Amino acid sequence: MILTPEEQSMLAGDHGRAAQTAMRILAALGKIYGARRMLPVRSVQIAGVSYDNLGEAGLEWLTEMADGGGKVRVPATLNPAGMDLENWQALGIPADFAEKQLRVIEAFTRMGVTPTCTCTPYLACNLPQAGETLAWAESSAVCYANSLLGARTNREGGPSALAAALTGRTPEYGMLLDQNRRPGITVIVTAPLVDTSDYGALGKNIGERLEAAGRKAIPWIAGVREATLEQWKSLCASIATYGGLAMFYIPGVTPEAAGQTPPRESFTVTADDLRTAKASLTDANAGEADFFSLGCPHLTLPEVARIAGLLRGKRVAKEFWITTSRPVKLEADRLGYTEAIEASGAKFAVDTCCVVAPIRGRFRAMATDSAKACYYASSKNKFKTRLLDFDAVVNEALEK
Amino acid sequence: MTPGAVVLQGRSIHPGSAQGEALVSRMGISFFGGVDPETGTVVEKGHDLEGQRISGKVLVFPTGKGSTVGSYTLYRMKKTGTAPAAILNEECEPITAVGCILAGIPCVDRLPLDRIRPGDFLRIDGTAGRVESGNPGTGIP
Repeated sequence: MILTPEEQSMLAGDHGRAAQTAMRILAALGKIYGARRMLPVRSVQIAGVSYDNLGEAGLEWLTEMADGGGKVRVPATLNPAGMDLENWQALGIPADFAEKQLRVIEAFTRMGVTPTCTCTPYLACNLPQAGETLAWAESSAVCYANSLLGARTNREGGPSALAAALTGRTPEYGMLLDQNRRPGITVIVTAPLVDTSDYGALGKNIGERLEAAGRKAIPWIAGVREATLEQWKSLCASIATYGGLAMFYIPGVTPEAAGQTPPRESFTVTADDLRTAKASLTDANAGEADFFSLGCPHLTLPEVARIAGLLRGKRVAKEFWITTSRPVKLEADRLGYTEAIEASGAKFAVDTCCVVAPIRGRFRAMATDSAKACYYASSKNKFKTRLLDFDAVVNEALEK
Repeated sequence: MTPGAVVLQGRSIHPGSAQGEALVSRMGISFFGGVDPETGTVVEKGHDLEGQRISGKVLVFPTGKGSTVGSYTLYRMKKTGTAPAAILNEECEPITAVGCILAGIPCVDRLPLDRIRPGDFLRIDGTAGRVESGNPGTGIP
């Protein structure tokens, strides 16, 4: 790989220990993937923020990078943390966990990372433009950036994203190259799609079928003409979770679709396929769920407004987490949504979510509208799951 | 060079020199969940190294697998003193590569691993991507 003089001097340690480690990581990745050079990146989204995932090792490393003089060279934002940074006690987070989590955030902010703590950076301080090169972790946001915004990013891990932030570079491979962004298979959707949970189930079906076939092909999804931002983010989250995909095409929506040809090979997703996908994410009965969560990926303001409308003047009977980003919560405060939601007994869990909070084994079964949340509830947290329509999640949580 | 020694040339992933006894697996290794960082013992059920300690060994396996958090596990093991002395792969992937960089563990890949036997005493030049087997098969330097 050819490095510029500046990149070489980072590698040599002229810019400090942290920048040297960062450039070593990127050079090794470039070597593994056969990159010819580094590209400048416009922004970075860093994953590996929750202390529940990082553990002591991750905290130590981040502290060492901050102590080693690490400073971001491009705007960099953070994935959700393991707790609400301001209101963690109300969510039952242990004090020793909170202390470690705050040290993680402190290390990041010392390096100049903006602690947005959200999986929807495109709604909070980090909105890319078409054609920009990014180094983003958070698989749902990666998919959103490539598919909906037309920006270019690989699926970064925690260390490689931080390395990109501290150097402003990323090796040129994978999704940063035109030839790897072409659609490889057509998916014809005949299933009706209404709720966010339908889009999640669609992502699961497509992702799993491509996984099962051992195909890393980028799907050209025909038959889905328009959807809301909320529905797209649901599709992005599940197609990335179940299929490991960094991108899909929606003709007429994906900025790069205009220059591409629909692949001849195809499969169809029917209403039956969608029902099967939804049923496979429900192994808990009605009444069995003792944990309700909306906001995977983080809720938008219209979604919070809808929840407030459904909860106004009512009481919830179960633990209910409303997970969103801090900017959305602040607007919800101003608009009175927070008051309506909290009066019902539901709790805001800002900066965090049900996937990364330390809640393993704490509940028996979780109800949600998110196919991605079901995956981690079951695999990581050992909960049974109930995939419901958005409104149904709220209605099932109410006191009868 | 010792008579009968074998020199294998691979690709440098992370520089540095090390030596030790080869611990050879024919399976992928997941450092997160698959290895206990406190003891350095492989704990993955059904793994061909299950129950064996990788600490201080030259760990030889085809390629890494599993969660990206595994990079931090290698770093943690280095701090705890349970890390392998070096890692040799057929084809290194990002989790192992990043872990070796964070932890400062010499790492070489693109090696003909079938020429390394369990117990071989190996000298690793991570910078040149070279592996020398001092006295093959005996574990004696």
